[in-house]
Amino acid sequence: MSAEAKIDVGTLTVSASPHIRCDESIGKIMWSVNGALAPAALFSVYQFGLPAITNMLICIIAAVATEYLILKWQEKPMVINDGSAFLTGLLLAMNIPATVPWYIPLVGSIAAIGIAKHTMGGLGYNIYNPALVGRAFLLASWPIAMTTWPSMASKLDGVTSATPLGILKLQGYDKLVQIFGDKSDLYTAMFFGTRSGSMGETSAVLLILGGIFLIYRGYINWQVPVFMIGTVGFLTFAFGGKAGLFTGDPILHMMSGGLILGAFYMATDMVTIPITIKGQILFAVGAGMLTVLIRLLGGYPEGVCYAILLMNCVTPLIDRVVKPVKYGARR
Amino acid sequence: MAKSFRGGVHPDDRKRYTASKPIEIAPIPEKVIIPVRQHIGAPCSSTVKVGDLVKKGQVIAEAQAFVSSPIHASTSGKVVEIAEYPHPVFGTCLSVVIESDGQDEWVEGLPLQRDWKTLEITEIKEIIRQTGMVGMGGATFPTHVKMAPPAEKPIHTFILNGAECEPFLTADHRVMLEQSERVVTGVQIAMKVLGVTKGYIGIEENKPDAIAAMNKACSGITGLEVVALQTKYPQGAEKTLIGVICGTDVPTGGLPMDVGVVVQNVGTVVAIADAVEKGIPLIERVTTVTGGAVVNPKNLLLRIGTTFSQAAALCGGFTEVPAKVIMGGPMMGMAQRTLDVPIIKGTSGILALSQTDVNIGPERPCIRCGRCVDACPMGLIPSMLSIVGERGLFQVAKEEYDLLDCVECGSCVYVCPAKRNIVHYIKLSKAQNAAVAVKK
Repeated sequence: MSAEAKIDVGTLTVSASPHIRCDESIGKIMWSVNGALAPAALFSVYQFGLPAITNMLICIIAAVATEYLILKWQEKPMVINDGSAFLTGLLLAMNIPATVPWYIPLVGSIAAIGIAKHTMGGLGYNIYNPALVGRAFLLASWPIAMTTWPSMASKLDGVTSATPLGILKLQGYDKLVQIFGDKSDLYTAMFFGTRSGSMGETSAVLLILGGIFLIYRGYINWQVPVFMIGTVGFLTFAFGGKAGLFTGDPILHMMSGGLILGAFYMATDMVTIPITIKGQILFAVGAGMLTVLIRLLGGYPEGVCYAILLMNCVTPLIDRVVKPVKYGARR
Repeated sequence: MAKSFRGGVHPDDRKRYTASKPIEIAPIPEKVIIPVRQHIGAPCSSTVKVGDLVKKGQVIAEAQAFVSSPIHASTSGKVVEIAEYPHPVFGTCLSVVIESDGQDEWVEGLPLQRDWKTLEITEIKEIIRQTGMVGMGGATFPTHVKMAPPAEKPIHTFILNGAECEPFLTADHRVMLEQSERVVTGVQIAMKVLGVTKGYIGIEENKPDAIAAMNKACSGITGLEVVALQTKYPQGAEKTLIGVICGTDVPTGGLPMDVGVVVQNVGTVVAIADAVEKGIPLIERVTTVTGGAVVNPKNLLLRIGTTFSQAAALCGGFTEVPAKVIMGGPMMGMAQRTLDVPIIKGTSGILALSQTDVNIGPERPCIRCGRCVDACPMGLIPSMLSIVGERGLFQVAKEEYDLLDCVECGSCVYVCPAKRNIVHYIKLSKAQNAAVAVKK
């Protein structure tokens, strides 16, 4: 035996197998979602100008600060740099009109992190999507401010207008098409985001591109947005028309009211949806059905937020019923 | 198209360190520490005393029960101590310490020459028991027990597990390359003992040279077939291997013999060939000494009882203080607290992992990302097993989340972004459930 070989082991770590791990982490996932949202967020700044920046900053800073204070108070490990509170802030900002007074995003972020996330125990333990709880909280507290949308800064300065779904609800489909010119102008405006709405619900194309990036990275499953948007499309086509069954405008419904934002970025929130793909498909179809129910029969012009929150309630039940097929129980 | 199973993970196999290095015969150590328990089952009791002179291949500890296997001296010399020594699996274990006389002399009558074809099946079974054969893949289940299934469980298929799906390890790979004829002889003996006519040799695609060598060695032998498997962990786990090759699942709580299959490891069948043809007991084995902290990783033929530190010294020692030292592969191997533990019959590898290899990170709450569910080859929900285990709900783990179906392959932990120690909670839950069962 060679005596000169260096055999210094110090104190060896002993723990259960396995002893190697992949380099994935919570931070990597959360920051990737933030990154996927970035193009749409930047587009909203281009569309709505300075108010969009202020709004976003207030939301994000308030969310991260709330998390910081709660972790500090509870003497938990400091994990604010994992990007999850940042993401909640960003998502909330994307879910509200750009021109609301400064205290609205502030209160919304505190509610999202303080109530929805940390009363449940923090990241991983929350049942409801924090950003959506924040939005629901604000919609209940300041219904008028939350449903008054600015027109694009790049188009008509300082004039407020209803969203396409709002116009559809109050004035009807013909009026909507008339405002935008014709059907193809309406679709183009919806797809590229040149219309009024919440900050993040305007540009369908950028949201979809970000979503495709997340699917490619394996952070979300394509089944969730496809089944949710598909369900909304089918049901609004079947029941959404004035002239009887199968006369609705599915394209309008699929591209409006935050459905794309919700389907790609909030219905896919891994913490609050079922863990199996089959369960996630059930969840997505359920959320799509509730969205259509609220939009067509309910008091609100759109229903994505409540649809996802209601399905969040059912997630534990779905997880109990829908389990993976066990080895030994196949074939 | 290579065969595969549902789930699993695909870590960087890191076999490049040693895959091309021929097996090197290690020098006889000055001292060997031979534990009297090197298998799953009842420990043996020592049949020698301090001061005795022993020869290579002599029995030094005898089996007391059916699920047990005798232990032999791995070199000639003098018994200088019989005492508790560190053990890589059981913490500490009564061990026979032999100081080598440098002669490496065989016990009388060894090695001999026998033709396995002329031997009776009962004779072969007895040879396998007497020569201390155990599963050399790591589980160390006594081979004579596995080769004698009860009459109500007819065996129709033999599978040689040449998958070696654990990253880093290349011992089986090298044996299949360098001793392919011996491997085939071992397989033929095993098939004769089991009375089966159908045999498969499953090898992962990342070892094309081994597939070629085994194909060549098998040519002309009826009923024996090499199957290329997709490179994916845990391809070599008994249950997934059977599922892939035979298309049948071992039932919950069952053993391979319940579906008429017996699986053996590459090293084991070579040892069987040596035992049956030459009468040589299991006193040495091929072990891969590797990992990011090893200066010169190697495949070594080591005597049972050589310490890990002696093996590491043969590879030039360490480049840095290793973060962890493992017996076996990085996915299912056992972390060691000292290098003073000896190589036992199941030591397929010694890994000295560097800090960059391990990537532990602080444990976070589960974010329910579902990656573990996708990775689980058993179709379980590992995240829930870890959550209920962490909260002490061991009964719930067993009754609602199929705790006992877990094979502890570690795929779930490998993919977990929250760095949760899922297998730790599963082992804990299993132990607690077993303790409750004993109390009742």
